[in-house]
Amino acid sequence: MKRVVITGYGIYSSIGKNIEEVSKSLYEGKSGIIFDPLRKEFGYQSALTGMVESPILKDKLDRRARLMLPEQGEYAYMSTIEALKNANLDQNYLDENEVGIIFGNDSSAKPVIDATDIIREKKNTQFAGSGSVFQSLNSTVTMNLATIFRLKGINFTVSAACASGSQAIGLGFHYIRTGLQDCIICGGAQETNIFSMGNFDAISAFSTRENEPTKASRPFDRDRDGLVPSGGAATVILESLDSALKRGATIYGEIIGYGFSSNGGHISNPTIEGPTRSIEKSLLDAQIKASQIDYINAHATSTPVGDASEAQSLDKVFGLYKPLISSTKSMTGHECWMAGASEIVYSMIMMKEGFVAPNINFENPDEFSAKLNIADKKINKRIDVFLSNSFGFGGTNSSLIIKNYK
Amino acid sequence: MNREEIIGKINGFFVSEFEADESTILPLENMTKTLGLDSLDFVDLVVSIENNFGFKVNPEDFQSIVTFQDFYEYVIQNIKQASSQ
Repeated sequence: MKRVVITGYGIYSSIGKNIEEVSKSLYEGKSGIIFDPLRKEFGYQSALTGMVESPILKDKLDRRARLMLPEQGEYAYMSTIEALKNANLDQNYLDENEVGIIFGNDSSAKPVIDATDIIREKKNTQFAGSGSVFQSLNSTVTMNLATIFRLKGINFTVSAACASGSQAIGLGFHYIRTGLQDCIICGGAQETNIFSMGNFDAISAFSTRENEPTKASRPFDRDRDGLVPSGGAATVILESLDSALKRGATIYGEIIGYGFSSNGGHISNPTIEGPTRSIEKSLLDAQIKASQIDYINAHATSTPVGDASEAQSLDKVFGLYKPLISSTKSMTGHECWMAGASEIVYSMIMMKEGFVAPNINFENPDEFSAKLNIADKKINKRIDVFLSNSFGFGGTNSSLIIKNYK
Repeated sequence: MNREEIIGKINGFFVSEFEADESTILPLENMTKTLGLDSLDFVDLVVSIENNFGFKVNPEDFQSIVTFQDFYEYVIQNIKQASSQ
């Protein structure tokens, strides 16, 4: 089995458009949540959302490449160029080596709806234009980035609801661990447009604390009332230790454990048992004890049922040791398909900089979160090993453990 | 629309929609090579023609078009035919 390390990462999110901006936001506990009046006009019950700025790509990509990219693909391009630069991987390296790509993405709503509107009006499919099909497929991010960067290795998208980004990294980890690939660009991407979250809002999943947008996402807090949708993209460069050492790359961390499970239950209601098995499998895979985890980046999205369930699961596994826990969704909102990847990037930043970002808006615990050691403010702390949880609809669970590389 | 206006309109959407450098659009130059068009671009070209000039394009017609001049003549001819019907 090969050792798998992280040699680069990049981020484009509601709390910053690059590592530097995001580091600052994490350190300061800054929220990226806004009230979007257009959502109210459109019929949303909650107009809260993470605000992600559109990148300007005209000077970076040609017309053809831009025509193919949907919103989340643009974000993914931005996070990937930062990650590649961070990893010191240039186009020559990508041309001469078999580098792969696995991203988490589970929708591309706007291009589908735009094309349908045009076809209905014109009664002619050609008016959808040449870019529509490439923007609409779930694999749009990987198909576009693999083309832009001329990648020659493994190339596919993982759709696992809100665990998509984490499962993508887990699969990348296995491809490298087993020697099938040496280097894979992994990540997750999430659209934020008005068409992408209407059906999520339909099931009353969102916080309606519209008068206080930055206080709306409050994972583990007693008075939480739902999640806040958000998005962007995150990229992590996974590489075999051999390849990283051969290149003389900076090694930021090592993936040592990947656990996964399916609840085998309700499509949207979580269980305690399913996530517990995922966490325990990741510990077993990493061959470490629960006491060795310094920090947990919780999945906790700020929903009453989901957070209570995760809190019980965490208490079951870590109750004796009480590692520091925070949910960065308190600042970012729920980045859905991207979250499992972005939360690895957020945690990598914390590990590098030596702090635990706050679980903002954690003012009063409930009976379950009271048993956890939740960081309600920024805490300076050396992190050697962290766990990141991601859970999704359908009961899909993913847990990743990453260790500081020494 | 007279001939010059039609050519101006065509060159206009080459610049705006296909991001062509106007100085490279010369009547006797190869249109596909100059604009760097691939098979997907022809889908967008069909849509641009219909949006700008109102006639439907048979994609097979592009087989006989090599230069910008060929394209101008094709569009002018089709506009004439449409207006005489």
